[in-house]
Parts: sequence; C-alpha cells; structure tokens
Amino acid sequence: MLLARVIGNVVATQKNQRYEGSRVMLCRQITPDGSDMEYTCLALDSVSAGEGDIVVIAQEGWSASTAATGKPGAAIDSAIVGIVDYIDLLPEEK
Amino acid sequence: MQIARVIGTVVCTVKNPSLDGRKLLIVQTLDAELKSKGNPMIALDAVGAGVGELVFWCRGKEASFPFKRDETPTDCTIVGIIDSEQHVHRK
Repeated sequence: MLLARVIGNVVATQKNQRYEGSRVMLCRQITPDGSDMEYTCLALDSVSAGEGDIVVIAQEGWSASTAATGKPGAAIDSAIVGIVDYIDLLPEEK
Repeated sequence: MQIARVIGTVVCTVKNPSLDGRKLLIVQTLDAELKSKGNPMIALDAVGAGVGELVFWCRGKEASFPFKRDETPTDCTIVGIIDSEQHVHRK
C-alpha cells in the first residue's frame, strides 16, 4: 500500500456502471515525511476522503474492488482504504 | 516476498471497516545485503511486528489471505519476523 495526498478528483459522466456512486480521487504519492513524489494515480474513495487528506491506497484489484464497491470483480485497481491521522517514523529515518 | 525493515507506524482513525484493529506499518524494503532498496511503503501487519524489526512481506491478492481473505483490502502484508540480521544466511 502507498501513502498519498488527495489532490483532487475527476468527474466522469460516462463510466463503467460499477463506478456509479463512487468518487474517483486524484492522488499524489508522498514519502513518509510528507514530501511529494512523482507518481500520481486515480483511486476510488471508500472512506469519504477529501482534498488535502493524507491517505493509504491499496493497489490490488480484489481488495480495491471490495473496499470501494462492496463486491469483487469490478474494473478497479486502486482504492483509498484509510485517512492518516499521523505517522511515527524511526528517528534515523526522518 | 521481500526482506524489509519496519521504520514507522501509520495511524488512521477513519479506515475501511475491514481494517479495524489492524496495524499499519511503514516498511523499507532491503536487498540481500540488507541495504535500503526503493521507496518505503505501507504494509498491514499479520504477525505482531514492531518498529525497528526485520521482517518479510508478501504482495498482491495473497496479502489478504492471513485475514478474512475476501474482505480485507491490502496489497502488502508482513507475514514473518526475521529473528535477527544474523539469521539472514547468504553466500
């Protein structure tokens, strides 16, 4: 799983029907100390995350589909599964 | 599966209900010489690992097998704690 900051969302009127009712969030991966990384991705929201939140994203089809829609088998490969309150790092890793 | 060092913890109050009571740890993957390799990532704990410990993780769908396999959303799970650095035998 990866750490990311929600930087926005996308609106799609025409989409796979399994995406109905879900929000597709635009996320940028961050390091544990909070700085932005290159990688950005779209992830379905399962925890009501908002822009600016630091989140945990699961990137595995079955997990993402189950977390976001309640059922497996949807064409979803990333889902936000938690909103981060804080991160504790070993002092030498900071 | 890969060797990694647990370097921190992540605390989430709001999370997917299937992750309730589960521990999220930050792991830094290591190579065979136990040097850092790649970026740290978040792993779900299945064995009671703690910060500073040497562990190994498993990725993919199989990562949810230690838990309720059809419900738990994880792509990376700590599945073993390596006793010590001396217990990594290599030529």
